[in-house]
Amino acid sequence: MLSVRDLGVAFGSVQPLSGVSFTVSPGETLGIVGESGSGKSLTAMSVMGLLPLIGGRITGGTVEFDGADVTKLPERAYRKLRGGKIGLITQNPMTSLDPLQKIGPQVDDVAKLHMGMTGAEARARTVEILGTLRIPEPALICDRYPHQMSGGMKQRIVIAMALAADPDVLIADEPTTALDVTVQAQIIRLLDDLVKERNLALVLITHDMSVVAQTCDKIVVMYAGRAVEHGPVEAIFDRPRHPYTQALIACIPRGLDDATRLTGIEGTVPTVLNYPKGCPFHPRCPRAEAICAVEPPEFSVEGDSAAACHFAEVAHVQPA
Amino acid sequence: MILRYTFFRMLMLIPVSFSISVVIFMIVYLLPGDPIDNLLRVGSSPEDRAKLVAQYGLDRNLVVQYFVWIGNMFQGEFGQAIVLRRPVADLVAQNLPYSLTLGGLAFLFSSTVGMTLGTISAIVRHPVLDRMMRAFILLGSTVPGFWLALLLILLFSVKLGWFPVSGAGGWQSLVLPVLTIGFGGVALVARVTRVALMDARREDFVTLLHAKGLSSGTILFRHLMPHALLPVVTILALRIGWILGGAVTVEFVFGRPGLGSLLIRALGQRDYPVVQACLLMLALAVMLGTLIGDIAQAAMDPRVREKKS
Ligand SMILES: Nc1ncnc2c1ncn2[C@@H]1O[C@H](COP(=O)(O)OP(=O)(O)OP(=O)(O)O)[C@@H](O)[C@H]1O
Ligand code: SF4
Ligand SMILES: [Mg+2]
Repeated sequence: MLSVRDLGVAFGSVQPLSGVSFTVSPGETLGIVGESGSGKSLTAMSVMGLLPLIGGRITGGTVEFDGADVTKLPERAYRKLRGGKIGLITQNPMTSLDPLQKIGPQVDDVAKLHMGMTGAEARARTVEILGTLRIPEPALICDRYPHQMSGGMKQRIVIAMALAADPDVLIADEPTTALDVTVQAQIIRLLDDLVKERNLALVLITHDMSVVAQTCDKIVVMYAGRAVEHGPVEAIFDRPRHPYTQALIACIPRGLDDATRLTGIEGTVPTVLNYPKGCPFHPRCPRAEAICAVEPPEFSVEGDSAAACHFAEVAHVQPA
Repeated sequence: MILRYTFFRMLMLIPVSFSISVVIFMIVYLLPGDPIDNLLRVGSSPEDRAKLVAQYGLDRNLVVQYFVWIGNMFQGEFGQAIVLRRPVADLVAQNLPYSLTLGGLAFLFSSTVGMTLGTISAIVRHPVLDRMMRAFILLGSTVPGFWLALLLILLFSVKLGWFPVSGAGGWQSLVLPVLTIGFGGVALVARVTRVALMDARREDFVTLLHAKGLSSGTILFRHLMPHALLPVVTILALRIGWILGGAVTVEFVFGRPGLGSLLIRALGQRDYPVVQACLLMLALAVMLGTLIGDIAQAAMDPRVREKKS
């Protein structure tokens, strides 16, 4: 359904993203994880065709939607996909709605634009969708302004906007990062239900490995603008073969004991300007050897998963 | 909601106008010399003096005097001009329309042209155009009005003879003064519009507007423009006050009748009742401007509406 192959992105002469590939099918949730700055949002913007908005461009690879490459699609045609076939949910619901306009019209727009509905039809649809997203008194909410609502409610409104035209694919870029913990869980559950009820293909971008473990079918682990490991969730969590993935899994807080929470990974994420040569992870990698600083690793495939590490064959035997 | 806001906003005018009127009232006392002498012309009769004392209540204490004076002002009873020997109200009524016409046209000119230029320069990303725009904005915000006035007179009136050098006969006499006052305004409004639009475009919600599939044009006119208008309206509201105040020197340079000319002349002649009346009108215009601006803000921005009411 949505298939990204060997995607590369550049801003002028800097290339913060390269070699990103994944596929999501209807009813499936793909998790994209990685630390801050690893290129998750750039991937989302690329799929939405919105890179020009932030001054970037796709330098290579394809984004296939229903079998057709959309990277070369003219803007006018791409607009039909955006909101129509692919919905986007962004990180901060506090700032993702136009503060000067009422909620109703902001959601109505989507159905008007993509389903040719009249104002009244679109409003009826808006009310219906808000209802299915468990928003109380949806008809009243339509006349409210964004600042009159809580973060969790606003994120539901954003989800309603993304769903209004019945898209096939939903891209959620850290949809819960800005929310309270309890609300986070509600939103994730909501998204999970939507995937099942509507047979959506969901791309869930997150920092949170435990969310991935709970909700995703597949996972792409990103580091320094590259996909370093991908595969089915069970396989990756059972046998993580990339040292970075292993570290991420090791960092998942277990239980409520504060001492075991978030050990974090030693060292800092490289920025675009100092992406390391060879394997991008080598300055922080506990397994790094001489070759890692020189030779970029190829993907080593095992079953449905693949890891870009020179020692992927042996690496799943975690060091003590 | 907006009515409620307007009501409370107008209540706030009471203390403001009170303090302004006190300052204006005190002008006569703050000047060196006896206030009655300040208010009297040389060689006036004892009856004149008595009339003035009665009008201002000068024999009573200062607080009572103030209320007598402000009461008169409210009834349009501005007193008698000392030098011009006419009711101040007549002088103001005679000059005000000229100032309103000039200031109003300059306001229209600077808001429409400024917003258009600002919008164009924000959306057309052309390096040459961009540099021209910056140069224009810099020029417009630094060139002093009177200097520009003289330049325009030299070029268009003296050299080309297209417009009259001075006076207030017909529309031709308005062109140069409107341009002079408007020029700075155009640059200011253009700059604010440009910056506001570029800021608005960087807001998070714009990404989601694009993600909904809206066209750039729709996003610009339905979403970015209203946001950009918020600061622009604030600036424009301040300039409503300038409709009268900004014209002061320009009227004088172009030898046009108007509140500004009247004020400058009255200052020169120490004609204090006239000065007081003129200042009162200017203060009123500024207060009205900010009032209109705030109400417009509240009408456009639900967050403002809620915060203050
Ligand atoms: N507009 C831009 N111009 C130049 N570089 C950019 C731009 N946007 C992002 N980048 C670079 O691309 C890299 C990836 O950024 P991206 O926003 O995709 O990270 P992310 O994985 O989404 O991080 P986060 O978890 O913080 O959201 C970063 O190193 C960033 O510096
Ligand atoms: S290639 Fe080397 S540095 Fe990179 S992850 Fe594997 S072991 Fe570590
Ligand atoms: Mg991001």
